[in-house]
Amino acid sequence: MSGGEAIMNTPLLEAKRLAVDIGGHHVCRALDWRVDAGESWAILGRNGVGKSTLLATLAGFRAQQGGDLSVSGLALPQPGQGKGLRAIARVRGYLSQHQFDPFASTVLETVLVGRHPHLGRWDWESAADRRIAEAALDELDLGGFADREVQTLSGGERQRVAVAQLLTQEPQLFLLDEPLTHLDLSHQVAVMEMFARRASKGAAIVAVLHDPGFAARYCGRALLLFGDGEWLAGPAGEVINATNLTRLYGHPLRELSADGHRWFVPR
Amino acid sequence: MPTRRRALFVLAALVGLAVLSLFTALAAGSMPVSLADVLRAVSGRSDGLAVEVIRGLRLPRALAAFACGGLLALAGALMQVLLRNPLADPYVLGISGGAAVGALSAMLAGLALALVNLFAFAGSFAAMLVVFGLAHGDASWTRTRLLLTGVIVASGCGAVVALIMTIAPEEELRGMLFWLMGDLGHSSSPGPALAVLALGLVVMLPFSRELNLLSRGDTLARALGVPVDRVKLGIYVLASLLTAVAVTTAGSIGFIGLVVPHLVRLAMIRLGWGNDQRLLLPASALFGGSLLLLADTLARTVIAPQQLPVGVLTALLGVPVFLFLLGRQPDERR
Repeated sequence: MSGGEAIMNTPLLEAKRLAVDIGGHHVCRALDWRVDAGESWAILGRNGVGKSTLLATLAGFRAQQGGDLSVSGLALPQPGQGKGLRAIARVRGYLSQHQFDPFASTVLETVLVGRHPHLGRWDWESAADRRIAEAALDELDLGGFADREVQTLSGGERQRVAVAQLLTQEPQLFLLDEPLTHLDLSHQVAVMEMFARRASKGAAIVAVLHDPGFAARYCGRALLLFGDGEWLAGPAGEVINATNLTRLYGHPLRELSADGHRWFVPR
Repeated sequence: MPTRRRALFVLAALVGLAVLSLFTALAAGSMPVSLADVLRAVSGRSDGLAVEVIRGLRLPRALAAFACGGLLALAGALMQVLLRNPLADPYVLGISGGAAVGALSAMLAGLALALVNLFAFAGSFAAMLVVFGLAHGDASWTRTRLLLTGVIVASGCGAVVALIMTIAPEEELRGMLFWLMGDLGHSSSPGPALAVLALGLVVMLPFSRELNLLSRGDTLARALGVPVDRVKLGIYVLASLLTAVAVTTAGSIGFIGLVVPHLVRLAMIRLGWGNDQRLLLPASALFGGSLLLLADTLARTVIAPQQLPVGVLTALLGVPVFLFLLGRQPDERR
């Protein structure tokens, strides 16, 4: 096997016997899971089941209760350790549910922040970094927004700025906590299609989603969290169905088909 | 975001302002001296009465004023990042309260000036340890808890200060009042304060981009590879040290630490450069130093031979500026 193939075969994210708890309940027990380049995963589950907690653990923000985690072959540093964090940040990006702007700042500055892990200690953002940021803004339909003050943006615009910041980081592994928050329908579709394009070029997507229809349409695979540490992972075509979703959400759901897409509506 | 060249240009201009302020401070006073005297005193050649006054009295005091202003402004800028609150100042976590308790206790006991300074430093350090120990109890850093602990410790110190002043003999009260207002009249050795200011800048500047990220939220900073807890601990310890040294040198001078980073940030935002700590930290230090130096020059000349505590002047200037900024804030968010 050549070196190139070895890199190709290293999963972007790998969990072995992963155990994650929050607030005294199990999010997942003995999770064996790998995410390879080119894959898109949806994480589905009820409110409070621990989807965001799992995502934060995968990002290395909180310690797991058991098992091993690696990102692109690198073991995640324990929270509180400083070494290796920047190397991880060059590979994995994380989109938070909430954005904070306590200080005034323009959209372009906010997006350029994503270049941090690629810059040396004394480096300033170069013209090339700016071009990356501007391309990301264009891709999110924010072309004329570079000089706008972030504190004046609407919720949906601010969310797209956060996605543009994530693109500027240029990670291979995208961990997305509810990426469609605040977005209108057209931008929901545009953002999911943009991530699907990234995946087709060799990135990997792991997204916490609330709409199983979007999950089935844009994610090839799904991880279902049932709330007692139990989980189910597999191709979306097999895992996302009315029976599993009814059990997952504790509410009867019905599957509808239109234009070759499956949609799930509550009964 | 400023480019590196623009940032250096701004800093060079601020160094110019600092030099100008220094010459003003050396030339102004009850004994008139010529510019030639000032240059002679600074260059170290010859002597004479004017040179003696400048070199022996005005220069140490001027350098101490500059150092304290720089320390307070830098500490304020750091606290604003740490607490992610544009209205934080170096005293918000009780450090000046602790120093006041230490200094006034020493004055009450009739100790010498050097011991008063030592007690002030010990008091500020004790306050820092108490706040840190209580807020950091379970190894998690919540801003609210840190802020609340600091505010409570500060108000506790305030009560002790009031108690000391109540039982203090009449003749000590004036000295205590001057200490509390902030006064540079007794600052004869600016060396340590200048050294700590330089140390603070040298330690913090390489981490300025990390501070930029931290001011946008812990999660974002973590996601981009910042060791958040360590950097926060570093900011806390450094900002406390800077504040403690400033307070030990000149008492609790108000408003420099709050208003200067705010003014610099406002100017940067007007120029479209945003809230970039790479420029904000050194610019605040230089501007804060110059501002306190000019304020102190005013304080000792405006009703000469009577001297005002410089803290009164900075507060008189700071309060309207602060209220003006506070009143404008909603506009920026619209």
